[in-house]
Amino acid sequence: MAEATNELLTTADGRPLKAALQAAQARAKRRAFLLVLPLLLFVLLTFLIPIGLMLKRSFEHDGFASSAPALVAWFEANPDFNPADPPEEAYAALVQDLARMQTDKTTGIAGTRINYSVPGTISLFKKGAREAGDLTPPFKESLVAVDADWAKPALWRGMASASNVYTAEFYKVASDFKLNDDGWARGEDNERIYLYLFFKTFLISAIITFLCLLLAFPVAHLLATLPMAKSSLLMIFVLLPFWTSLLVRTTSWIALLQEQGIVNDLLVGIGLIGDDGRLSMMYNMTGTIVAMTHVLLPFMILPLYSVMRVIPPSYARAARSLGATSWTTFRRVYLPQTLPGIAAGSLLVFILAVGYYITPALVGGADGQLISNLIAFHMSKSNWSLAAAIAGMLLASILLLYWLYDRLIGIDRLKFG
Amino acid sequence: MTQEPRNDAFVAFEHVQKSYDGVTLVVKDLNLSIGKGEFLTMLGPSGSGKTTCLMMLAGFETATHGEIKLDGVNINQVPPHKRGIGMVFQNYALFPHMTVGENLAFPLEVRGMGKDEREAKIKRALDMVQMGAYANRRPAQLSGGQQQRIALARALVFDPKLVLMDEPLGALDKQLREHMQFEIKHLHESLGITVVYVTHDQGEALTMSDRVAVFNDGRIQQLAPPADLYERPENSFVAQFIGENNKLMGTIEELTGDKALVRLTTGELIDATAVNAKEKGHRTLVSIRPERVEFKPEMMPPGAHTIEAEVVEIIYMGDILRAVLKVAGSDDFVMKMRNTLGQTKLSPGQKIKVGWHPQDARALDP
Amino acid sequence: MKKTLILTTALVSFGFAANADVTVMSWGGAYGAAQNEVHVQPWATATGNTAVMVDSDNPAAPVKAMVEAGNVTVDVASLEYADVIRLCDEGILEPIDASILAPGADGTPALEDFLPGSVVECGVSTDVWANVYAYDTTKFPEGPTTAADFFDLEKFPGKRGLKRGAKAVLEFALMADGVPAAEVYATLGTPEGVDRAFAKLDTIKSEVVWWEAGAQPPQLLADGEVAMTTAYNGRLFAAITAEGKPFQIVWDGQIYENEMYVVPKGAPNKDLAMDFIKFATTTEALRAQAELISYGPPRKSALKEDILFKGSEFSMAPHSPTSNLDNALSSDFEFWVDHDAELNERFNAWLAQ
Repeated sequence: MAEATNELLTTADGRPLKAALQAAQARAKRRAFLLVLPLLLFVLLTFLIPIGLMLKRSFEHDGFASSAPALVAWFEANPDFNPADPPEEAYAALVQDLARMQTDKTTGIAGTRINYSVPGTISLFKKGAREAGDLTPPFKESLVAVDADWAKPALWRGMASASNVYTAEFYKVASDFKLNDDGWARGEDNERIYLYLFFKTFLISAIITFLCLLLAFPVAHLLATLPMAKSSLLMIFVLLPFWTSLLVRTTSWIALLQEQGIVNDLLVGIGLIGDDGRLSMMYNMTGTIVAMTHVLLPFMILPLYSVMRVIPPSYARAARSLGATSWTTFRRVYLPQTLPGIAAGSLLVFILAVGYYITPALVGGADGQLISNLIAFHMSKSNWSLAAAIAGMLLASILLLYWLYDRLIGIDRLKFG
Repeated sequence: MTQEPRNDAFVAFEHVQKSYDGVTLVVKDLNLSIGKGEFLTMLGPSGSGKTTCLMMLAGFETATHGEIKLDGVNINQVPPHKRGIGMVFQNYALFPHMTVGENLAFPLEVRGMGKDEREAKIKRALDMVQMGAYANRRPAQLSGGQQQRIALARALVFDPKLVLMDEPLGALDKQLREHMQFEIKHLHESLGITVVYVTHDQGEALTMSDRVAVFNDGRIQQLAPPADLYERPENSFVAQFIGENNKLMGTIEELTGDKALVRLTTGELIDATAVNAKEKGHRTLVSIRPERVEFKPEMMPPGAHTIEAEVVEIIYMGDILRAVLKVAGSDDFVMKMRNTLGQTKLSPGQKIKVGWHPQDARALDP
Repeated sequence: MKKTLILTTALVSFGFAANADVTVMSWGGAYGAAQNEVHVQPWATATGNTAVMVDSDNPAAPVKAMVEAGNVTVDVASLEYADVIRLCDEGILEPIDASILAPGADGTPALEDFLPGSVVECGVSTDVWANVYAYDTTKFPEGPTTAADFFDLEKFPGKRGLKRGAKAVLEFALMADGVPAAEVYATLGTPEGVDRAFAKLDTIKSEVVWWEAGAQPPQLLADGEVAMTTAYNGRLFAAITAEGKPFQIVWDGQIYENEMYVVPKGAPNKDLAMDFIKFATTTEALRAQAELISYGPPRKSALKEDILFKGSEFSMAPHSPTSNLDNALSSDFEFWVDHDAELNERFNAWLAQ
């Protein structure tokens, strides 16, 4: 090892050595950077920017703020108003905005925004906007005469909140909070869904990860130890699911596992179960777990295989020659060396499972739905902000997991292939 | 050239055959006895069956036919972990996820040994290979030579009666290898253990072993102490495999006892000892070590046949001079001369006559 | 985004709009073909104008894009009821003067002849499709006949297929529980009404197979995975006629929706477009469409005589939503705009319980 020195090293012509080295390497570094530039741009354009925009939607919505300027101004001037009894001037601003919405045709947009936290608002706004032009002061009385709901404190809370373009509302909704007359509060038991589904998604993903590991371990071991010709054939079987459309695979599982499906027919045929005792293995949690385990299995096998392939058989032989039984050899010598592969495969499968959508949608039935299905649902209903908030929470929890993983096991121990 | 099994043998292979594919035999009717405390080396080119024999002895391969006995007991059906045989692998096979100390503790733990006893044994084993200070390192932090020592210590720590070594020095550089050869030999002697050593390096085999079994084509070609092997090869394979060797093809012209007169294919007559070409008229390959070739008449036995030679090249090698000669129509005949003060200087193109003691020229199978 | 749409629109318009007086955009497939055969071509022949039909996966999207881009090349489009209301509110569609609509063949004034809800500010209905339920006649020869039977596991044991989602399911549950069609949405607007709907669903929850795509329920029924299932009536019709499946539709408690012709704001030939709509929504034109596809004509006068499938002896009456309007419910778009998120949240929570 070189001895540390405080003396500044210089080149033969007197330039500092460090600067000379940097200058010499600059060209090589520039070229290296140019090589990865396309990938960087690609990742930026197709991944980072869309995710950023998605996350932005989860706390930004100007549907109401942009179409109700008078009310926005009033809310800004009176941040501490009493939602239970807003003054006449607030109603005047509201009526003015409603009339404007009617001419600008923005009633739907503004109403939809408030409707996210206060159900029933879209039709309320439409009705109010139609009448707004004909209303006369005092506006409080005349508007409430159109519909008594205009006096609901929850509505005023909702409008005050929506007058700000930036809001945490969608995250509150995604955490099972509801806006009522007294402000935000946890929803009723029979309305709470998101946190429960988050929990369930993580649980099912953990089960799927475990099942994948259980199934993949022996297969990967075989792949790593069989002679070339046989392992290539086996590898094709492993990769076959990759080459088949996800829908085809999922549909085959339906054909196999449904109540009138092949597996049940077989069980009835050999008399193991009666015709009226057919097992429900499809359109429920079982179906989701079975189909997703199958779909994700290659993601476990491949990292395991890549790790096992480079474990020389001499380790196991050494352990055996040292007096270890085959079980001890597996547990103390082989298994610890496959840990990087187990870790990589598990992380991969778990993260993929947490975000999986199509398979649970097709085979999940009532209780096999995961959080991603709700994200898809809200996107289909054009409630992008709520979908983005749930997705944001999902992303955050995965990052948290990743961080925990790094702390406990170490990311540098991952080995994907 | 195999020996019949002895009853007092510590390790015995009896009519062992091994086939992987059911078509060809990798080991053909092997009979071998190894005495207690012996250092036996299995030497041969790759594919000769030596490693397979070692693996069968360790229990990682099963014999297709025949019996393998350890201390008089048939161990064909005994699983490797119950054989109590220490083993050193070519790539050391130190467990990378364990420290040196844990590696050494492993065989003791699986034997259910208590902590104190374990630590004492580990310390003794590490001291034995001068690695006492490294117990807490991981194998990846050690040099090749250090890893080799740890592997050795691990194979010895549980006091096995028999230690197998599968080309253990193959990955080391020449200087380190020679040093380790000495250390292994020393350990063998001081511990009194039986060692079966596999290598394809004949120098290693000759330096370390009590006896060497030369393998080729699934058979032991010769089993003998190093000196016998070098000086009295019993067939042309062994003669060519061990050391440098001049070959002359010919036919046996006269046979008196084991003295043979051989007529070379180019017509010259030479003296030789008949080894396994024992009938007049048989074709034979005569093998002569380069250092036993003489060109000064006074060094040759009286009446010896000599043969014409032309110096092609003289190579200076420090302790010796190496003369490449053209003999009997081929120009790869080598003669080694000691680089002494009064050594006759030869020069390329010079015509000389070479000859040798008949016992140094061995008439072997062609 | 907008630029691409303008570009696509421009390209599309270049392709078809060159010489046509009226361009009609519909859904393609059997549906679009039927409208082309009995509305577009006959109108061209009758008036001497040129008319073309273009297809779209869902005409609502291109219509909105065209109007927003100010480059409208379509004169008439066929839209779902919900899109008609929404785009009308956004000012994308031209209001249609209901007085131009032709009286019924029997002389009934148009607004009395059309079924309630089938003429709105910006659209006139061409046909009605429905969310119905059906069963396998080989399983239940004396089949279920009412919405309540769907929830009667004792009389009719077996799995039930339902669309996963609150819409149409909650209404169906309330009607099966005895709520008259006219009061369904008022009931569903109260917390007690929602509880009542879920309580009804609770009675069959364990036996339900939830479907999502329209193609699923006929398949579930054919596979024997369910004993009865809700489905879109057009899908059942296809399974019965084209594949000969032994399915029977039960017309009770079904929820129907209109499909409408609209005129985009800024249509190049607005007056001709209105004339086309008048032509295509006469009793005869609506009947003619209903002979080709199993969606019902929205005029009472069109229902007086039995409609026969493609000139055969096959009566459309058992398959047509508008021939079976006893205890049927017109889907309320306004209600669902307000309560879709809320009730689906509750529905999902209920499912997960």
